[in-house]
Amino acid sequence: MPFLGYVGVFLLLPTGIVIWDAVRNPAGQFDLSSLKLLFNPEVRSFFTGSLELSALSSVIGAVLGAILAYAVASGNPDGAVRRFYLAGSGVLAQFGGVTLAFAFNAAIGPSTGFLFHAGWYYAFPGGIGLIYIYFQIPLMVLVFLPAIDGLKVQWREATENLGGSTWQYWRHVGFPLLAPAFIGATLLLFANALSAYATIQAWENQIAYTAPQQIYIAINSEVGLASNEGDIIAVGMVVLVAIIMVGYFGLQRRAARWLR
Amino acid sequence: MVAVNVLGEGALADPSASPPGMQVGRRKRLNLFRWVTFTIFGLFFFLPLLAMIRFSLEGKKAGTFSATAWRQIPSTPGLLSAIEITLELAVITCAVILVLLVPTMIWIRLRVQWISRIFEFLCLLPLTIPAIVLVVGLQPIYNKIEHYSVSALQLFWVYVILALPYAYRSLSAGLTAIDATTLSEAARSLGASWFTVILRVIVPNMWQAIINALLLTSALVLGEFTIAEILNDITLQVALFNISRATANAGVLFSTSTAALLFAFALLLILSYVGRRRRRGRA
Repeated sequence: MPFLGYVGVFLLLPTGIVIWDAVRNPAGQFDLSSLKLLFNPEVRSFFTGSLELSALSSVIGAVLGAILAYAVASGNPDGAVRRFYLAGSGVLAQFGGVTLAFAFNAAIGPSTGFLFHAGWYYAFPGGIGLIYIYFQIPLMVLVFLPAIDGLKVQWREATENLGGSTWQYWRHVGFPLLAPAFIGATLLLFANALSAYATIQAWENQIAYTAPQQIYIAINSEVGLASNEGDIIAVGMVVLVAIIMVGYFGLQRRAARWLR
Repeated sequence: MVAVNVLGEGALADPSASPPGMQVGRRKRLNLFRWVTFTIFGLFFFLPLLAMIRFSLEGKKAGTFSATAWRQIPSTPGLLSAIEITLELAVITCAVILVLLVPTMIWIRLRVQWISRIFEFLCLLPLTIPAIVLVVGLQPIYNKIEHYSVSALQLFWVYVILALPYAYRSLSAGLTAIDATTLSEAARSLGASWFTVILRVIVPNMWQAIINALLLTSALVLGEFTIAEILNDITLQVALFNISRATANAGVLFSTSTAALLFAFALLLILSYVGRRRRRGRA
């Protein structure tokens, strides 16, 4: 089965190499103590930066994306608006990267912006957070829309027949039904922001804030806290993202119960 | 007909007429909400793009228009070759994804259902491994294969992995939507080989999903930066990044970025048009 061989060589093997290199000491022996580096204050600050930025951009992105998804879902299911927004979301969710940083620099860069010159453009996490939200919202629309589509009109009608108001419908029916899907989607956005590297690198702030940036520095310079610093931070990231994704898949399964 | 009248006039005549009356009020509020939302989000998404386009047309003096930045694209050193490499990578990655995934997925669906969960897990696994982590582990492997392949085209090996979750989701949705078992049994009892079943019976029925998968894969390759940069392969994004490091706010950055983005949109339009014509043809 060629598929298995392919995934083995280019996915499982590299991950294995990272983990293997992370648990060895400079002499090449097995040594879990190197993982202590994850709790080094300097390394921890990069993880804190990553978590801050991911939390900010995923929560705001999720809330705004959910509102947009609801607006899209409440229209004609075959309408042009829906098709346009879905297609646009597909492109923009992948658009995060070097180009996105250029676009924002052109729009609100502190010295070049066409709209206005934002003094806070290089603020962390505010400035970069806004750029992250730009690709988080479309991703939220893509992953959250099926959940909103799963809300049946009959539930709304049933609420109204029983004399419930719009507020009561959302408070007792809509939100509880959507909650697992919403939290799950937020986790996915969180993991997405955590792994993002290109955008913040092209943002051209001279300081490294996040764990991916520190991995880059560690594997490209000889001086570091340890010879395998990059591998160790990488393992920390894999663990973090894996925990989040397990939560995501769990919630996704729970949410799917109502989507049949 | 009667129901429509009650809904329309009842609401006007007697606002407290409960359910139907509430429906009209709600529809109005919903429409207002939708248009406000679409306008605000539309502005948020379009303004940075417009600013980038405007910047790409900036003349020598601020506020004037000129196409200089666009004419610079072919003459900027390294840019054209980077574009060429990126496009070639997109084509190769798409081809490998198709050859690797489509037969495997059909085969699993038809013959070995029990491994479908493990297969799904493997396909979605790249979502949990950040690209930056993958590339740390890939460096030793690439040092090995660099002996055999010389150009940045070698990147397609990893890009296939990155695209796996997206392509899998799209293809799996397409495969679930058709009754693959019945189709293949019918074809088999008429004497078709497995090769014919896959290529001439199942695949034509899931064109839309295949096109979606290809679109997502090409969008990913066009925008990928992390792995290319760290492995020192000059793709489009890396070339742009290097230019921005050398001269911040060079006009050619914005014209090339705009071109790349327009290209992605054009690709999307062409593919969705192809998909729609297929669908109409079947109906």
